[in-house]
Amino acid sequence: MFYREVGDFKTSYAEDQQTFPIAFDRWRYYVVIAVAFLVIPFIINDYWEKSVLLPFLVFSIAAIGLNILTGYCGQVSLGTGGFMAVGAYACYKLMTGFPELNIFFVVILSGFVTAAVGMVFGLPSLRIKGFYLAVATLAAQFFLVWLFNKVPWFYNYSASGQINAPERTVFGIAVTGAASPSWATYLFCLVFVFALAWAARNMTRGPLGRKWMAIRDMDIAAEIIGVSPLSTKLTAFAVSSFFIGIAGALYFSVWFGAVEVTEAFGINQSFRVLFMVILGGLGSIFGSFAGAAFLVLLPVFLKNVMVGALGWSTAIAANLELVIVGGLIVFFLIAEPHGLAALWRTAKEKLRLWPFPY
Amino acid sequence: MSEEAATPEVLLDIRNITLRFGGVEALRDISFDIRKGEVRAIIGPNGAGKSSMLNVINGFYHPQEGEIWFKGERRGPLKPSQIARQGVARTFQNIALFSGMTTLDNIMTGRLTRTRATMLDQIIWWGRAEREEYEHRARVEEIIDFLEIQSIRKTPVGRLPYGLQKRVELGRALAAEPELLLLDEPMAGMNVEEKEDMCRFVLDVNEEFGTTIALIEHDMGVVMDISNRVVVLDYGRKIGDGTPDEVRSNPEVIDAYLGVAHD
Amino acid sequence: MSDQLLFSIEAAINGLMTGILYALVALGFVLIFKASEIFNYAQGVMALFAALTLVGLQKGQVPFAELINAIFGTNIHEFGWEMPTALALLLTIGVMVLFAILVERIVLRHLVNQAPIILFMATIGLAFFMEGFGDLMWGSDIKALDIGLPKGLSETVDQTTFEWFGYGFFIDRLDVAAAIVAAVLVTALVLFSQYTRIGRALRAVADDHQAALSVGISLRLIWVIVWAVAGFVALVAGAMWGAKSGVQFSLSLIALKALPVLMLGGFTSIPGAIVGGLIIGAGEKLFELWVGPLIGGATENWFAYMLALVFLVFRPQGLFGEKIIERV
Repeated sequence: MFYREVGDFKTSYAEDQQTFPIAFDRWRYYVVIAVAFLVIPFIINDYWEKSVLLPFLVFSIAAIGLNILTGYCGQVSLGTGGFMAVGAYACYKLMTGFPELNIFFVVILSGFVTAAVGMVFGLPSLRIKGFYLAVATLAAQFFLVWLFNKVPWFYNYSASGQINAPERTVFGIAVTGAASPSWATYLFCLVFVFALAWAARNMTRGPLGRKWMAIRDMDIAAEIIGVSPLSTKLTAFAVSSFFIGIAGALYFSVWFGAVEVTEAFGINQSFRVLFMVILGGLGSIFGSFAGAAFLVLLPVFLKNVMVGALGWSTAIAANLELVIVGGLIVFFLIAEPHGLAALWRTAKEKLRLWPFPY
Repeated sequence: MSEEAATPEVLLDIRNITLRFGGVEALRDISFDIRKGEVRAIIGPNGAGKSSMLNVINGFYHPQEGEIWFKGERRGPLKPSQIARQGVARTFQNIALFSGMTTLDNIMTGRLTRTRATMLDQIIWWGRAEREEYEHRARVEEIIDFLEIQSIRKTPVGRLPYGLQKRVELGRALAAEPELLLLDEPMAGMNVEEKEDMCRFVLDVNEEFGTTIALIEHDMGVVMDISNRVVVLDYGRKIGDGTPDEVRSNPEVIDAYLGVAHD
Repeated sequence: MSDQLLFSIEAAINGLMTGILYALVALGFVLIFKASEIFNYAQGVMALFAALTLVGLQKGQVPFAELINAIFGTNIHEFGWEMPTALALLLTIGVMVLFAILVERIVLRHLVNQAPIILFMATIGLAFFMEGFGDLMWGSDIKALDIGLPKGLSETVDQTTFEWFGYGFFIDRLDVAAAIVAAVLVTALVLFSQYTRIGRALRAVADDHQAALSVGISLRLIWVIVWAVAGFVALVAGAMWGAKSGVQFSLSLIALKALPVLMLGGFTSIPGAIVGGLIIGAGEKLFELWVGPLIGGATENWFAYMLALVFLVFRPQGLFGEKIIERV
C-alpha cells in the first residue's frame, strides 16, 4: 500500500527524472548505502571478504563496464578478461615503479591505461559490426594475455611469471598485501563501486547514454540525427575499458594479491562477465549488480551444498555449475531478454498496484 | 515566371547533381533550389530517385558530380552527422526510431546536437549537465504538446502503433530545431484522418517555427494542397519544376504519371 | 634448397593439414548460418561433445557414472564391453540428431525473430551447457580415441622427400587421412545440397526465409536437418581431432579458431571456410616459425584472431562473403 506514486506529484523535471521516482525506493537505497558503509565493515570476516563481498564488488564494476559497451552501446565484447589483465598489469607496474604513489591513484591510473588500450581495440568497431566484432574482440583477449605472459618486462622478470602486489596503505591502513584487514579492503573497493556506479548512472541517463543507445538501436539513423558513430563508439569503449581496468586492478591488488595471467584473465573470465550482464539485464546498472551477485553467489552456494553437504566431488559441482549457468542463459534470453532487472521491474509494477490486480 | 520583384533567399541550392551506383545512374544532372520558409515537394513515380535525392541532401550518399550550396556556402563532402549539426533534420520512409528507448528519450536524442555539457560535466551531473538536461526537457515538452503525444511520453516506441511512431519521428526531427526539415513520405500508410493530422502538423511547423520543409509524398492531393513549389523526378531526371498548378499542366509530368508511350 | 626454405615448406604443409581441421569446424558454422542466420558459437563444443560420446560408447562407459555414484553411493564406471567403431559412430550420429531435435524444440523455436546477437549469446549459453553436460556424462579426463585411421610418421613421404631434397619431411599419416575425409565430406555436402530435394529446400531457406515458407517449406524441419548435419560435421571434426590429440576440453578452445577462419572466409561461403582454414592453418605455422622466436613464441594463440581482425578492417565481408550494403 505504501509503494505508490499516487499522491507523490512531480512538480519539476528534476523530480520526474530522478533515479528513484518512488519514495520507498529512495529510502531503501539510502538504507542499502548506510548498511554497506556503516554496518558491514564491523561484521565482515575473512571468508565473507574473499569469497563473497570482494568478488561481488570487483565483478560489479566489470559488469557495469561491459554493460555500458554491450547493453547501452550494443557492441558485444569477448575481450573483458584481456582488458582486466591490462588493468592488473598496469596496476602492478605502477605500484612497483612508483612506490610512493598512493594506491588509490594507482588504481585510477590503471583505469586510464586500460581505457587507452580499449580505444585502440575499439577502432575496428567502426568497420566491423555485430558478431564479427565479437570475434574480433577475441583478438584482444588472446593477444593481451599472450603479451603479459611472454614479455618479462610486464612481470618484472620474476621467475614464476606471477605478479605479486606489495603492501600499500590508505590513511596508514594496509589495503593490499597479506596484512590488510578485511574491513579495509572491503571499504576500499566499496568506495570505487559507489563512485563508479554513480558516474555510470549519470552518464547513461543523459546525452551520452542517449548517444550510446541511439547507436545500439539503429546506427544509421543515429548518424543522420547528428551522432558521430566513431566518437560515440570510442567513448563507449573507453568508458567501458576504464571500468573493466579498475576491476582488473582491484582484482589483482586487493582481492587476490597475486595472479598468473592465463589463469586469472583467460577467455572464461570474459564469458563470466558477459553472463553477468546478460543474466542481470542488458542496459541496466542495477542489473549489473544483480548479475554479479548471482554469478558470485551461485558457485559458493553450489559448492556449499554439493561438496560441503552432500560430499560430491568438486568436478561434479563445477560441471553442474556450467550446466546451470548455460541453461539459465538460454532460459533468460528466451523468457526475459532484459534479465533479472526486468523481473525486478515487473515485481515492482505488481507491487505498485497491490492489492488490486489491475 | 515573375518572381524577380521579391527574390526569396535560397536556403539550399542543388546544382547539376549526378549520383551513380556502379553503372546505374540514380540521379542525372539534377538542379533545383529550396527557398527559405517554403514547403518544397519532391514527387515522381517509384524508383524515380526521390529518396536518393534526400540521401544526397543529408550526406548519406555522395554524388559523383555537382555541387550543393547550403545557406549561401558551397558544402564539402561532409558526413551525415556533420550535416545534421548544420541544421538539417529528416524523417525516414521506413520509420527509423530507436526502438529500445521511450518516446521522451527518442525526442531528446534530437537535442543531442545542441548538447554543450562535457563528459566530465555529465559524470558529475550536478551543475551544467543537469541544468542543460532540464532546458532540453522543457523544449521537448513543448514539442510533445505540439504533436499531442503527452500520453505516450514514457512508452517504449517499439510498442506504439504506426501512426504514432511517425509522429514521434517527426518530433525527434523537430527537437533539433532544424533550418531545413526533410520528410520522406510522412503520410505513407496512413488513413485519411491521420493524413489530415499530419498535414496540419507539417503546415504548423512551417508557419509557426518558420522551418523550411522538403518532402516526398505520393498523395497528389496532399502535395498540391500544402506545397509552395514542386519538383518532379522520373528515372533520375528532373522533368518538371514549379508551382503545383504549373506542374499539374506540364505535359511531360502527365506522361510520366499516366504512362504515355514515347515514340 | 636452403634448410630454412625446406623447414618453411614442411611447416606450411603441416599447417595446411591443421587448417583442414579448422575448416571442418568452420563448415558446421557455415551450414547453420546459411540456413538460419544463427552464428552458432556452440559448434566447437558440439565437436567435443560428439567426440566424447563416440569414445564413451566405444569404451562402454556408463553415462553420468560419476553423478550416479555420487548420488547413490554406487561404484559403477563401465558396462564392460567394447563397441565396434562403426556401431559407435552410428549411435553417435543418432545422439547428434536427437540433439538437433532438442535444440530446435527447446531453444530455437522460442527465439524466432530475435536479434542475431541475442541468438549468438544463446548459443554461447548452449555451449557452456553442453560443455558441463558432456563432462558430467562422460567424465572430464583426457581420452584416447582410435577409430582405425593410420597414424604416425608417413615413411613414404619421409623417404621420397629425403631422396629429393636430402631432408625428410615429417607428415603425420593421420593428417593425410583427415584431409581425405574432409574432401569426401565436402563433396558429399555439395552433392547433397545441389541434387536432393532437402538440399534444394535448404538453399531456398538460405536465400529467403519468407519466400521459402510461402512455397511450403517447413522452417522447423529444415532447422532440425541443418543442426543434425552440422552435428554430423562436428562429429567428423571431433573424431579427427580426438584421434590426433586426444579428446579433452582444449579441443573446444582449438575449435574456437574456426571463428577467425569464418571471418576470413565469410560466414556464408563453404569454399570460404575451406580457403580460410587453409590460410590460417599455414599462416600461423609459418608466422610461428619465422617471427615466433623473435617475440617469445606461442604466437599460435592469437595469430589467427589478429589476422582476421586486420583483414576485416579492410574487407568487412570476408574473402567470399556478399558485399554488405547499407541502406536507409
